[in-house]
Amino acid sequence: MVTSQNSVPLKAEVKNLNFYYGSHLALKNVSLVVPENQVTALIGPSGCGKSTLLRCFNRMHDLYPNNRYEGEILLNPGSENLLSKDIDAIEVRLRISMLFQKPNPFPKSIFDNVSYGLKIRGLKNRSEMAHRVEKALTEAALWNEVKDRLDEQATQLSGGQQQRLCLARSLATDPEIVLLDEPTSALDPIATAKVEELIQELQKKVTMIIVTHNMQQAARISNNTALMFLGEVIEFNDTKTFFASPEKKLTQDYLAGSFG
Amino acid sequence: MKQNSNTVDLESSSPLLSNQRALNSHLRMPLRKKRLRIFEKFIELGLFFAAFCSVLVTIGIFWILFSEAIPFFQHVAIWDFFTGTEWAPLFSEPKYGILPLLCGTFISTFMAMVIALPMGSVIAIYLSEYAHEKIRESVKPILELLSAVPSVVFGYFALLLVTPLLQKIFPNLPSFSALSAGLVMGIMIVPYVTSLSEDALRAVPMHLREASFAMGATRFQTAIKVVFPAAFSGITASFVLAISRAIGETMVVAIAGGMQPKFTLDPFEPAQTVTAYIVQVSLGDLPHGSLGYQTIFVAGSTLLLITLFFNILGHRLRKKYKEQDA
Amino acid sequence: MTSLPTLLRLRIKKERRKNKIFLWTARVSLVFTLLVLLALVTDLFIRGADRISLDFLLSFPSRFADKAGIVSAWVGTLCVMIVTAFVSVPLGVCAGIYLEEYAKKNKITSIIEVAIANLAGVPSIIYGLMALGLFVYKFELGQSVQTAGLTLALLILPIIIVATREALRSIPLSVREAAAACGATKLQVIRHHLLPYSTGGILTGIIIALSRAIGETAPLVTIGALTYIAFLPHSPLSTEAPFVSAEWLKDPFTVLPIQVFNWVSRPQEEFHRNAAAAALILMVLTFSMNIFAIVLRARVRRKIKW
Repeated sequence: MVTSQNSVPLKAEVKNLNFYYGSHLALKNVSLVVPENQVTALIGPSGCGKSTLLRCFNRMHDLYPNNRYEGEILLNPGSENLLSKDIDAIEVRLRISMLFQKPNPFPKSIFDNVSYGLKIRGLKNRSEMAHRVEKALTEAALWNEVKDRLDEQATQLSGGQQQRLCLARSLATDPEIVLLDEPTSALDPIATAKVEELIQELQKKVTMIIVTHNMQQAARISNNTALMFLGEVIEFNDTKTFFASPEKKLTQDYLAGSFG
Repeated sequence: MKQNSNTVDLESSSPLLSNQRALNSHLRMPLRKKRLRIFEKFIELGLFFAAFCSVLVTIGIFWILFSEAIPFFQHVAIWDFFTGTEWAPLFSEPKYGILPLLCGTFISTFMAMVIALPMGSVIAIYLSEYAHEKIRESVKPILELLSAVPSVVFGYFALLLVTPLLQKIFPNLPSFSALSAGLVMGIMIVPYVTSLSEDALRAVPMHLREASFAMGATRFQTAIKVVFPAAFSGITASFVLAISRAIGETMVVAIAGGMQPKFTLDPFEPAQTVTAYIVQVSLGDLPHGSLGYQTIFVAGSTLLLITLFFNILGHRLRKKYKEQDA
Repeated sequence: MTSLPTLLRLRIKKERRKNKIFLWTARVSLVFTLLVLLALVTDLFIRGADRISLDFLLSFPSRFADKAGIVSAWVGTLCVMIVTAFVSVPLGVCAGIYLEEYAKKNKITSIIEVAIANLAGVPSIIYGLMALGLFVYKFELGQSVQTAGLTLALLILPIIIVATREALRSIPLSVREAAAACGATKLQVIRHHLLPYSTGGILTGIIIALSRAIGETAPLVTIGALTYIAFLPHSPLSTEAPFVSAEWLKDPFTVLPIQVFNWVSRPQEEFHRNAAAAALILMVLTFSMNIFAIVLRARVRRKIKW
């Protein structure tokens, strides 16, 4: 467990999480903390469970049959376990947003894409909505590129722009945590650099958890890094320490490129 | 280790942000318990009933047909029904042998399949293995239009165009014949066979064809020796379903086949199918519940069982080729 | 390169010839099929086109071929199709949504899917028989417009269900997950995303299904459509409150394909001409619906590229 995080407020805490796909145990006794207003990276080889862990945070696994959570994820430690059956998954998703690997804007206008989250939360005031759409697009560094064509189809944008649009969509609702599932792996290097820059800017305002298969990316943009392997958290530390002096042999091997 | 982060001052961030945050202050409240969402459950129930209707209709069909047909067999022996060679239920001396109707159905279906199966498969192979994309895109809509022609119009076609034409070749052809009805029925079913067979052929993966071409085979050899066998269960399924379709066809035979049930397999004679008989009776006046009324349900039940057999067979075969594919 | 032995060369020539023969057989078959369609339309045109006139469209059937018209037939078709659409579209689309979005993989779902696959292959005349026993007599709905509409609705139900399912299935998982991640409930995902994006596909299926219903004859003859009707169903509007009347649903009826059937079954040439004219109008109806569906389908495919 992380000891150097004592002085930093936590946004979420994972406690002894086990996750089952049917009868297959995919996450084994995972425990870690997510400090507030910082970027926490999950890295590891393919199939290690990092995306699975990420999707537990917003209960995405509930959409498919035969999935089971055991253990806890506490949002704003001190409050309830968001994995509990008593808590509405919709409620969780209203507070925790997600950015997916492949940009998936809705086949609607740019404006409608960003305002969708607000619409389903019942926001009806049009000027308020326009204001918040502009703010979200600005935060995603997309406003200047699209401000004159908010009514155009979102699918007309380039890949990098679409991903920034999806980021704006997830930011528009002031989420408490933004989950990023390999957000740049489908983008070209220039678009990737732009998104990484955005993540670093947004870090001060919103807590983020990012899954990435690129450890250099984790080293570049995250404050904390966790290595996962075969469903377990092997090591978790602040990024500087993690990369400079990894404690576990497995971590050292992974960083050296011996596997994964 | 845990800090009480719930009390972080929101207002310390930018005025814009704090304005937004104030609106969303409910976000800092504890997570809400699971809502009942009664309305959504209600909608789901409604949707379920819509889907379940299909089960109700199926039950309805079997129940009505059999319940109206069974009393018939209290008056007529089953053996007589299945082996009798005369069908004359509405005559003063009624005869209840179903064989003539089955003959009519058989011969018209057979004639139809003689046309539909070869032509349908050949066109399907052409569209799947030979034709350019542009040709396919223009031909398929036209075939779709052909399959959209109502069967009563095909009946018109059979009686008023095809029969006179055939009579030029076969002068002894009567004005109503199983031949004329069967051939037109065949043409009517060609788009159906083509469509199903083509699906089966296109499902065969490209690499099988490439392997064959790489060995120097012609398109024909590849199509016949590699693709066709690979798609065999799918194509057989399409044949079986086409047969079922022909057996259930009514209007073409009702118009062009004549309404005379005969115990013969000669296509140059008029014929009445099981389906055309039902139409004939329905056109007249039959008191509800009379023996004559029951005969149409008996005919219908027979038809249902026969087509059910072919449909089940066809679907088993289709499932087989779909599974192979996956 | 060594030259191929003569036997092999002959073999190759033979195979090439077979290939060419097949290609030409296929082309001829295709052209033949299309020619049949052409011959059919041409004959209808030649025999019937000049019978079509305003008189023809507005007259009732008659013993006299030249006085006979199809007003009762096309009005009947219209009335019946309204009922058919009203019943089959909501039922079919809802069933499709349930099966594609809500149904779990259990026994009941398999039973429903088997039932639908089965119904799709049941001959249309059997629907007529069921309707005769159940709707006409047991439920006492009579040999009426409502029975006809109900029967045809059940007949085309599988088509609409399948079209709805395919349209929904073509929407990729990524959009569903994106909507869910925004916090949308299942119903909201369906209302805001799945239905709007699949409307084109569903509509195409509905149009094709309805065009099939317009041409159906056998089941309607079975439930007792009259082949000689000299009156129209009641008007849906009335002069007293509530100003709409449902009388027309209970009225006897005839439809266009039955009129064709009736006239073509007569020996006189004049009636054949009437049949051709009526058939021409029927074909124009079904063809225009199908062409519209085909165009719509192509437009939908171009518009949303996943």
